Amino acid sequence: MSIQAIPATTVLAAGDAGEHRVLIITLFVAFVLATLGITIWAGRQTKDATDFYAGGRSFTGFQNGLAISGDYMSAASFLGIAGAIALFGYDGFLYSIGFLVAWLIALLLVAEPLRNSGRFTMGDVLAFRMRQRPVRTAAGVSTIVVSIFYLLAQMAGAGALVALLLGITSEAGKILIVILVGIVMILYVAIGGMKGTTWVQMIKAVLLIAGTLLITFLVMVKFNFNISTLLGAAAENSGKGTAFLEPGLKYGVDSMTKIDFISLGVALVLGTAGLPHILIRFYTVPTAQVARKSVNWAIGIIGAFYLMTIALGFGAAALLKQETIIESNAAGNTAAPLLAQEIGGGPGSAGGAILLAVISAVAFATILAVVAGLTLASSSSFAHDLYVNVIRKGNATEKEEVRAARWATVGIGAAAIFLGVFARDLNVAGLVALAFAVAASANLPTILYSLFWKRFTTQGALWSIYGGLFASVFLVLFSPVVSGAPSAMFPDVDFHWFPLSNPGLISIPLGFLLGWLGTVVSKERPNLDKYAELEVRSLTGTHAH
Amino acid sequence: MDTASPPPEGNDPTRRTALGAEVYREAQESAEFAELRRAHRSFAFPLTVAFVAWYLLYVLLSSYAGGFMGTKVVGNINIALLLGVAQFVTTFLIAWWYSRHAEAKLDPKSTAIKARLEGQS
Repeated sequence: MSIQAIPATTVLAAGDAGEHRVLIITLFVAFVLATLGITIWAGRQTKDATDFYAGGRSFTGFQNGLAISGDYMSAASFLGIAGAIALFGYDGFLYSIGFLVAWLIALLLVAEPLRNSGRFTMGDVLAFRMRQRPVRTAAGVSTIVVSIFYLLAQMAGAGALVALLLGITSEAGKILIVILVGIVMILYVAIGGMKGTTWVQMIKAVLLIAGTLLITFLVMVKFNFNISTLLGAAAENSGKGTAFLEPGLKYGVDSMTKIDFISLGVALVLGTAGLPHILIRFYTVPTAQVARKSVNWAIGIIGAFYLMTIALGFGAAALLKQETIIESNAAGNTAAPLLAQEIGGGPGSAGGAILLAVISAVAFATILAVVAGLTLASSSSFAHDLYVNVIRKGNATEKEEVRAARWATVGIGAAAIFLGVFARDLNVAGLVALAFAVAASANLPTILYSLFWKRFTTQGALWSIYGGLFASVFLVLFSPVVSGAPSAMFPDVDFHWFPLSNPGLISIPLGFLLGWLGTVVSKERPNLDKYAELEVRSLTGTHAH
Repeated sequence: MDTASPPPEGNDPTRRTALGAEVYREAQESAEFAELRRAHRSFAFPLTVAFVAWYLLYVLLSSYAGGFMGTKVVGNINIALLLGVAQFVTTFLIAWWYSRHAEAKLDPKSTAIKARLEGQS
């Protein structure tokens, strides 16, 4: 989830792609086969809509906490943050903090009321006391837009990254990898539904934490468990001295990069509680109390993971040459695998090859689990919000609904494959930052107003969702992310006039403002009966699904 | 794809509207619900403002107070790193504190109201 680009043209520097390739592929295949087995088992148990969308609401707090962690810690977060710290030192660590603190908003304000009052999707809560069809449509559109942007970033990253780790340089090879990742993801979701996806995410979380712990332990052994020594070695080896340990190397360039960083920081901290693929995870547990426990577990697991990025990132900076990291991937995305190779005994050694293969397989598992969660969120919203409640006006049997959700998975997965192939050279940066900014601008205001503001109306919800959505997409379109910069999607043209690469600082306040404005100028009276029902049910869990 | 399964169980669509509007209006206006709402809002709202402000302070210090943040405290460990780790610590503490508050002050009240309302239907 970091904003690192993964240029598709880089190759693994070590030059020994062949020797670890067999091992990496074996581990990839083993992971895919094991998880597909679990998916088929989960699919047999998936009978009704509650099973498909919410895994039967049968998971424990710990299980869901693990799955949330697996859903949230994307490959870019594992590889990207380690790489950002390895190259920019302290500034890379700033991401870890925003991603973690964001969870408190989910814990204090969103998780429990959402679990109590919703059924399957974010739209259930947004449309609860509003006119169903327009608000469901808006919620479905925004869910799919956020998830697709996030998905695209992961797909583009997956193609480039796996290609990189396997030493594939041909364009056809990269396309093939994007297609394979897409097919596995469709199988997980279409067959296993939420139950299968949850198990994949739990397994991935365990693998990711175990892999990160192992590397952290080995790095700390090298530095006698002395953080100060590690930091000193990193600062020295980076060639940047103590500046490497201070803020500013990446974002302190000029006044605009500083404002851009604040914009990113705001989007990160407010985006998480509006990400549909995270929100639907709260429906997989029986009660709001268990939802709370699962967020607590997630905060513990995600927090521990991000703390270990210090050892990973500074360890890479201390043990690898900066040129080696950059040569392998300009954005530093292969710093963690390279560190694993180095700490296992260096290029050419058996230990190095094994650790590199293990960490690469963990990265691959990470990508698969995250894309599965995103596909599930968008196909659920398509089937439940758009198909059943808007197109069929609520007159569909449960069987038809689950069938629609499964076909939506195939459709959305195919679209993601197509766009992923098309977007494989795009900058992952803009896409992920956009997903967070859109989530914070379009979804969070309506979630909070719906739950806590009595007067909020349908018009307020529509203005806020569409306004936040369009403002954030529009500003990114004219930002340096899309044109006018060497790292842009279209580096050769320049039609940008918006100076920031993250629109959050403008679009998030706008989303809140429009929700308020749309409400106060609307002639409609708020539905106070429905608000009474929502408020009582969301706080007490009365007749929760 | 297994869609030809037996009809679903335990998923009664009428459950959602099991209680009439007047029941919810009455519950919403009751003193015990007002107490529950107050116990949630008076804890969660100020705390949210506080941790967002604390996080923004940290972001602003990182952007505009590089010199201060670079001050070394122990060995190579500087204020920036300590404040960053402090964000982790406060996040863990707030999560723990909220959960303790919820278990002691919110859960008993919400369970009582839920039991009363579900007993009516």
